[in-house]
Amino acid sequence: MPNLEKNHDSAPTRYPLTPKGFKWYIGSVLLAVLGLYVLSAYQTQAFPDRVIEGLPIMFYFVVEDLWPPNWGYLPRVAMSLLETWNMALFSTTLAAVAALPLSFLAASNINKNPLFYQAIRNAFNLLRTIPEIILAVVFVALVSIGAVSGILALTVFSLGILAKLISETIEAIDPGPLEAVRASGGNVFQVITYGVMPQILPQFASYTLYVLEINVKASVVLGFVGAGGIGIILRQQLNMFNYDNVATIIFMTFLTITIIDLVSNRVRERLE
Amino acid sequence: MVTRVIEFKNVSLVYPNGHQGLKNINLKINDGEFVVVVGMSGAGKSTLIRSINRMVTPTEGELLIDNENILSYKEKHLRKLRTEVGMIFQNYNLVKRMSVLRNVMAGRLGHTGTLRSMLGLFPQEDLQMAMGNLNRVGIQEKAYVRADQLSGGQQQRVSIARVLTQQPKVILADEPVASLDPPTSHKVMKDLRRVSKEDNLTTLVNLHFIDMAQEYADRIIGLRDGEVVFDGPIDQVSEKTFEEIYGRPIKEDDLLGGDES
Ligand SMILES: Nc1ncnc2c1ncn2[C@@H]1O[C@H](COP(=O)(O)OP(=O)(O)OP(=O)(O)O)[C@@H](O)[C@H]1O
Ligand SMILES: [Mg+2]
Repeated sequence: MPNLEKNHDSAPTRYPLTPKGFKWYIGSVLLAVLGLYVLSAYQTQAFPDRVIEGLPIMFYFVVEDLWPPNWGYLPRVAMSLLETWNMALFSTTLAAVAALPLSFLAASNINKNPLFYQAIRNAFNLLRTIPEIILAVVFVALVSIGAVSGILALTVFSLGILAKLISETIEAIDPGPLEAVRASGGNVFQVITYGVMPQILPQFASYTLYVLEINVKASVVLGFVGAGGIGIILRQQLNMFNYDNVATIIFMTFLTITIIDLVSNRVRERLE
Repeated sequence: MVTRVIEFKNVSLVYPNGHQGLKNINLKINDGEFVVVVGMSGAGKSTLIRSINRMVTPTEGELLIDNENILSYKEKHLRKLRTEVGMIFQNYNLVKRMSVLRNVMAGRLGHTGTLRSMLGLFPQEDLQMAMGNLNRVGIQEKAYVRADQLSGGQQQRVSIARVLTQQPKVILADEPVASLDPPTSHKVMKDLRRVSKEDNLTTLVNLHFIDMAQEYADRIIGLRDGEVVFDGPIDQVSEKTFEEIYGRPIKEDDLLGGDES
């Protein structure tokens, strides 16, 4: 320990904010991360010069091929976007309805059986490792091409996300009201309706809207494997090099997603 | 006629970690008595009163309410027991986002069918009773206000109304005024004592201020290290008694002060 008394009239001891050993540690971690970046750039051949060379090509693609959009294609795009929206809406609703009861089983303050709790948690963790595109491929194989396979894929996909978010919200609530309902002879369903639900309702609504946003975007991609929505015609028109139609699709999709995000964000802000 | 007698017979409680919370307790609490339990932090006051509604379970002895040993109760009987023993908490334990009336109705859950209660279909006479109980603690006009809009003292009154609406035989209160300022503490304790006497409810209250204990109790039970070291009617209690219970001289901190009577 430095003796403060002795340094009284000479220069005071300097104290670093960060200890020396920790600086070395942080330094080497940063260096290692940097090394990983360089390696991955080599492996993927993602060199800056390729992007710079590609810029003019991109520019000409936009001004010559995409521009002007074919506005005559608008009605077809609108129909597909409506299908995308409906897919997202249906799947989010189904997932929200299914996720709620399952979330109580995945919350340790409600499900007091440690084995059952752990099993449910693991099942959801496993579910979330499956990418939505794989789910879509599976459901297309099961129920054939179309919006239904997309709805099923998105439902399963968002069930995983919602159950995690909601069960973690449940685990973080004030335990006091639950204790009060238990102490007055309430059973587990009454604990849930009078202790838990009023506490989680705003977050539940907010997370559901958030998942709706995610689902609108995800359903665009799902169309590429035949699971309905705007993605189907996007792939079709790309394959046929109808870039003026592609431009209409891109523009309208961008507009729709922006509006949905905007509205949803506004509503969610008010829920907090 | 219902009696509300609580009897501890050689009751001991060892927590799962091996800590002995209660040591060979023998007590008889009489019908309609207003008992204050005092003792230093960690003495076992909460453990003692939480044994009575089985929020904790003693590991030895017998605990009788109306001559029935409640320590053997399982699921269904346990819930029945808890509908008969109401509890008031230090932190009120209200749902802050819910209206006062809904919070009070939560006290009726044990008497209401699961489906009915989940749909909020309480009998009108239960709602009447809830409003009546809010009136008794002087906050009827707050019935449709969200609980978090109320002051601490008002919130604790809501929880008193909730416990009354439960129509218990016994009330347990674990440090009900520990989060309130001195004048509010006195008002809430007066309300609690008044309604408990009006309904002839056997009441056990944990308090850690000795002047409060002296002012409101019919009888005082002193705990130290999980053992009963004093048990007697209020007129036998003096400052000396508390020094014996606490095992040290009485300090300024042990007094709440601010009596507004
Ligand atoms: N769940 C538990 N597991 C293990 N030990 C516990 C548990 N609950 C309480 N204890 C211990 O039992 C003893 C009595 O606790 P209790 O809560 O009854 O004391 P108290 O008199 O209410 O104290 P306070 O005035 O601080 O509320 C304490 O030493 C405490 O640490
Ligand atoms: Mg306590």
